[in-house]
Amino acid sequence: MSINLKPETLARIDEAITHYPVKRSAALPLLHLVQEDLGHVSQESMEWIAAKLEVPAIAIYELVTFYPMFRQKPIGRRHIKVCRTLSCALSGSYRTCKEFEKHFNTYPGEVSPDGEVTIEFVECLASCGSGPVVMIDEELHEKVDQARACQLAVRISAEAAARK
Amino acid sequence: MPEQRRLIFQHIDEPGYGNDLACYVRNGGYEVLRRAVQRKPEELIDEVKKSGLRGRGGAGFPCGVKWGLVDRKSGKPIYLVVNADESEPGTFKDRHIIHKDPHQLIEGIMITCFANNVKQAYIYIRGEFPEGARILERAIAEARAANFTGPGILGTAYGCEIYVHRGAGAYICGEETGMIESIEGKRPYPRIKPPYFPAVLGLYQCPTIVNNVETLCHVKHIADMGGEAYSKIGTPNNTGTRILCVSGHVRKPGYYEFEVGKVTLGQLLNEVCGGPLPGRTLKAVIPGGSSAKVLRFGERFKGKRKVGAEMVDYDWGVEDIPMDFDSLGMVGSMGGSGGVIVMDDSVSMVDALANINAFYSHESCGQCTPCREGSRWMQRITGRMVHGVARAEDGALLKSVADQIAGRTICAFGEACAWPTQSFVLKFPEEFKSHEEAKKKADGRAFELA
Ligand SMILES: Cc1cc2nc3c(=O)[nH]c(=O)nc-3n(C[C@H](O)[C@H](O)[C@H](O)COP(=O)(O)O)c2cc1C
Ligand code: SF4
Ligand code: FES
Repeated sequence: MSINLKPETLARIDEAITHYPVKRSAALPLLHLVQEDLGHVSQESMEWIAAKLEVPAIAIYELVTFYPMFRQKPIGRRHIKVCRTLSCALSGSYRTCKEFEKHFNTYPGEVSPDGEVTIEFVECLASCGSGPVVMIDEELHEKVDQARACQLAVRISAEAAARK
Repeated sequence: MPEQRRLIFQHIDEPGYGNDLACYVRNGGYEVLRRAVQRKPEELIDEVKKSGLRGRGGAGFPCGVKWGLVDRKSGKPIYLVVNADESEPGTFKDRHIIHKDPHQLIEGIMITCFANNVKQAYIYIRGEFPEGARILERAIAEARAANFTGPGILGTAYGCEIYVHRGAGAYICGEETGMIESIEGKRPYPRIKPPYFPAVLGLYQCPTIVNNVETLCHVKHIADMGGEAYSKIGTPNNTGTRILCVSGHVRKPGYYEFEVGKVTLGQLLNEVCGGPLPGRTLKAVIPGGSSAKVLRFGERFKGKRKVGAEMVDYDWGVEDIPMDFDSLGMVGSMGGSGGVIVMDDSVSMVDALANINAFYSHESCGQCTPCREGSRWMQRITGRMVHGVARAEDGALLKSVADQIAGRTICAFGEACAWPTQSFVLKFPEEFKSHEEAKKKADGRAFELA
């Protein structure tokens, strides 16, 4: 049950635990840190976190299955989240999402065939006045209509091609 | 056009205004905290009571009353939990405070903590704000290095640590007891009240204050000008300013800050936000976040209300409603989170409701059967209608499901998910009636909302 975390992740994990009077409280911070480092949360990771926080593994597993942001499988290299909720839908986010799907030949929740992106159609991102709103990895993009979505998609593909 | 009054958002749109400590201090930042720690904590609580400040997170509960309920005799530590979950669809004010003026929030937090003898505060920020979390962490470190937080602040014996706690994409974490469970490292299942009133049995079973980000920023301004002066801003029982977030079908959506009750819904949408999109007319508006009951343009609201000491008749159209907690309550909706969602005549109310129902069925935590099952059923029925399969009895069926959720659940999510369905079906009965109508709409049309 050992996982390969970067030294800075380990340092941040130890720091996070000190923020709470009860170790278990650090579960969400640790899950975030591990997922950011390794890309997803594997069973080994859950067991490792559980041991670190001195709780049974189920106490971590039940968080991973509840909170939408944690994932048990790897995703594409880039993570595109399109907001689905009302204000964005009123300004065309269903079309925006379709545009990304078409460009990357994939569906929400799936990894694209080339492994480059995962698209998700998510709930409100709290930027409703400038919809449709899209988050690409950690960056927020506002007013992403179909044309803008197409530009962003082309840029992501170009970056992917440059890497190869 | 009614003038904005910017208290919380005074600086955020100024060119060159940054979110670093130096900029905040240059603009007079932390001077209020400096003065506050020289006063007696009880005096500060009194100022907040006098101010009439009502919570900006959703329920509009008086902040001073909430602080007054805190169990101070238990001998246990008192915690502050800052609600930065900003999860109610249509709301995007806390985002701007956090990203553009984090020190204003930290100053408000520290004044609140000092007033309530809190030694540890957690900012619960939604997982979808990774940059916001980093900004807050940096701001806290800056403030700590300058002795505004941490041990022994500003030469006093009083100390307090602030930590940032990130959520992970679940709406129910915005509900205060769900939030507390989430900080404890558990699933965010809301707790039953009683006995779990946070003020008595909150985080780690200790007395806990939960306040919204915007509420805590107001505390800073109350400590600055005094409760009495603050209470003169806005209207009686609806004091101060409030940030209104407008989204959907107007020409200029965005955030606007007004004295509470000094702008009507009509002025807000038609003057401030530039009115409907070209060639369109306004059809419906949800005035306080997606769970608030919808208002239909053309409906009228009549009754008696208190103005000063007198009762006077009112007869309002949607445009005439003052944007304050009490007036929006009187017309059967609520001020809620301040998120105003506008829909024009291009929108099918069935589509819009299906979109909202999909949100709530995704977000129910699943503890209570009426909410877990009912939210799913409402989603399935409206989802089916959107795709052209509607039955004459669907309106009645939807209402019956919604009626069996509200009032029968552990937390207010039950009402939040029932109110849209109840109000949409009541106010737009013609759109929920006919199979022919649904079929006609569904044929040859892209499903753009659901
Ligand atoms: C389902 C649900 C979701 C909520 N989401 C939020 C939220 O995202 N942000 C918030 O400040 N309050 C939210 N609230 C209200 C909180 O429970 C709580 O009343 C509020 O944080 C208190 O702060 P205030 O008194 O300063 O408004 C929510 C309530 C419910 C029932
Ligand atoms: S009302 Fe819904 S969200 Fe609230 S506790 Fe019950 S199931 Fe969970
Ligand atoms: S509805 Fe898309 S950000 Fe809120």
